[in-house]
Amino acid sequence: MKLNVNGREHEVDAEPDTPLLYVLRDHLELNGAKFGCGLGQCGACTVMVDDQAVFSCLTPILLLEGRRVTTVEGLGTAEKPGPLQQAFIDEQAAQCGYCIAGMIMRAHALLARNASPSRDDIRAALEPNLCRCGTHMRIIRAVQRAAGKRTAEAAAGGGR
Amino acid sequence: MRKTLLAVIAVVVIVGAGIAALVWRPAIDRVNRPAAGSFDAALIKRGGELAAIGNCRSCHTAPGGREFAGGLGVPTPFGTIYSTNITPDEKTGIGAWSEAAFRRALREGVDRGGRHLYPAFPYDHFTLASDDTIKALYAFVMTREPVAATAPANTVPFPLNLRPLLAGWKLLFLRKGPFEKDPGQSEEWNRGAYLVNGLGHCGACHTPRNFLGAENKHQAFAGGETEGWTAYALDAASPAPVAWDKAALAFYLRNGWQGDHGVARGPMSEVTDNLAAVPMADVQAIATYMASVAGPHRASNTPSPRRERQGAGGPGAAIYAAACATCHDAGRAPPYGGIDLSLSTGPSGPTARNAINVILGGLPAEDEQRRPIMPGFAGVLNDRQMADLLAYVRARFSDKPPWTDVEKQIRDARTEQSRVHPGPAPEPARGSPGEKEARQ
Repeated sequence: MKLNVNGREHEVDAEPDTPLLYVLRDHLELNGAKFGCGLGQCGACTVMVDDQAVFSCLTPILLLEGRRVTTVEGLGTAEKPGPLQQAFIDEQAAQCGYCIAGMIMRAHALLARNASPSRDDIRAALEPNLCRCGTHMRIIRAVQRAAGKRTAEAAAGGGR
Repeated sequence: MRKTLLAVIAVVVIVGAGIAALVWRPAIDRVNRPAAGSFDAALIKRGGELAAIGNCRSCHTAPGGREFAGGLGVPTPFGTIYSTNITPDEKTGIGAWSEAAFRRALREGVDRGGRHLYPAFPYDHFTLASDDTIKALYAFVMTREPVAATAPANTVPFPLNLRPLLAGWKLLFLRKGPFEKDPGQSEEWNRGAYLVNGLGHCGACHTPRNFLGAENKHQAFAGGETEGWTAYALDAASPAPVAWDKAALAFYLRNGWQGDHGVARGPMSEVTDNLAAVPMADVQAIATYMASVAGPHRASNTPSPRRERQGAGGPGAAIYAAACATCHDAGRAPPYGGIDLSLSTGPSGPTARNAINVILGGLPAEDEQRRPIMPGFAGVLNDRQMADLLAYVRARFSDKPPWTDVEKQIRDARTEQSRVHPGPAPEPARGSPGEKEARQ
């Protein structure tokens, strides 16, 4: 079946009940999203489908016809990270890093619907995603930094 | 002629006086807020337990707001009614209320100033509360931290916003207490009946209401609707595939889930959260009474788990197999596994709404809760996929006919974003340091 990932159409040869996560990693070699629990309880596999963050481990590809999938690779590259990715780097928000791709995608979905979330908004939105290293405070700061930058950019753009 | 005029005047005066007597309630004088130290500690503690059974916190706390400071909008068919501040702030709360004023509010639905209150405040149940119960509740609320907060104005349209009309409502529907014991029943049963029908106001959600918003008492516990959730029938018409008995009820009410029935969600999860912290004897009494409401055990109605029914298939089958079966067909019992859906009340319920709410929103993990969790699928399943899945789940896991109106309910659930767990923020004192920091 056809799968739209990060703006590109892919022809995927996989069973319809295959979890999106397996297709991303094994077929498309997009290894940002991680397998954690496989039960939608840890958030390491979080990607976006259309404008919502979802657990890719629980999302069979049969549900995704005509939908847009966005992974962390779709936000930027190592050479040219996107603003949210840069904020995570600036705050050094990763320790082991296993949860970070999921955290970034969950935060990206939040910022898409709420450009200037409060700290409580960020905490509530990121709740489904676990981090066992305990870098939550830095993760929250990174999202705040990205949001602040966006707000500043919007204000500057509006002033021109 | 003159005689007739006099007679007319006399009738008008008498009728007018009658209406005035029905409608008018005097103000009760303001008092200085009683010092917290003037209440007995044991009485305050008991009042806290009774307030938990009465679920006071759920309505009288706005999301993210201070506890008991009111301001939660309660949607009713007659407009949105905002809960009031019941902290002992003397200006905006009930700090200036005497115990007599507090008692009158609970039993008659009249505030200290003599104003009739809307029955969104369930005084049709609280009227059964005993003097001792009210005394303890009063001690509890008067020793909470005073918060200055005024609720937003209600959005009840004219003429329903004329509060004197509520006197007529009360005349029709308010059956005043006290609670009368049934001598033919045990002490525990009577205790349960007192808590369920009085402070617990279980019927407020689980009993259907008439067009004036009053409970149909002759259909007690026949099921109702509340805040985008179906409150299941608790009488013999209960849709639960496995009949409730006292032990199952007590466990469920205490823990918020039960292996043969499922997980409490929506407004019911607030109830079970509250009952987790009251004396077990109270929970047992409630379970005893509710088991008798449910009627004798219907052994024939107990399904054989994991039955495969004919005719269940279609596009929903593939969705179930790929997205749901990992947990729900894994043979691992709750709380660590997904419940076998042939046991869950959701697929057998009178409407699809509860199943929709849970599939969309999941059962999120919460601070300090030990309950099964489930991821939500709102971002994954579109409306057509939802409808396909629901049709399959209904056909496979219940013996009821297909649900109707599913598409509209899916849209409603998405737009109303039914709060899977609508509970207010926990008290700051119970939160972790991180939470406190975040809330400031």
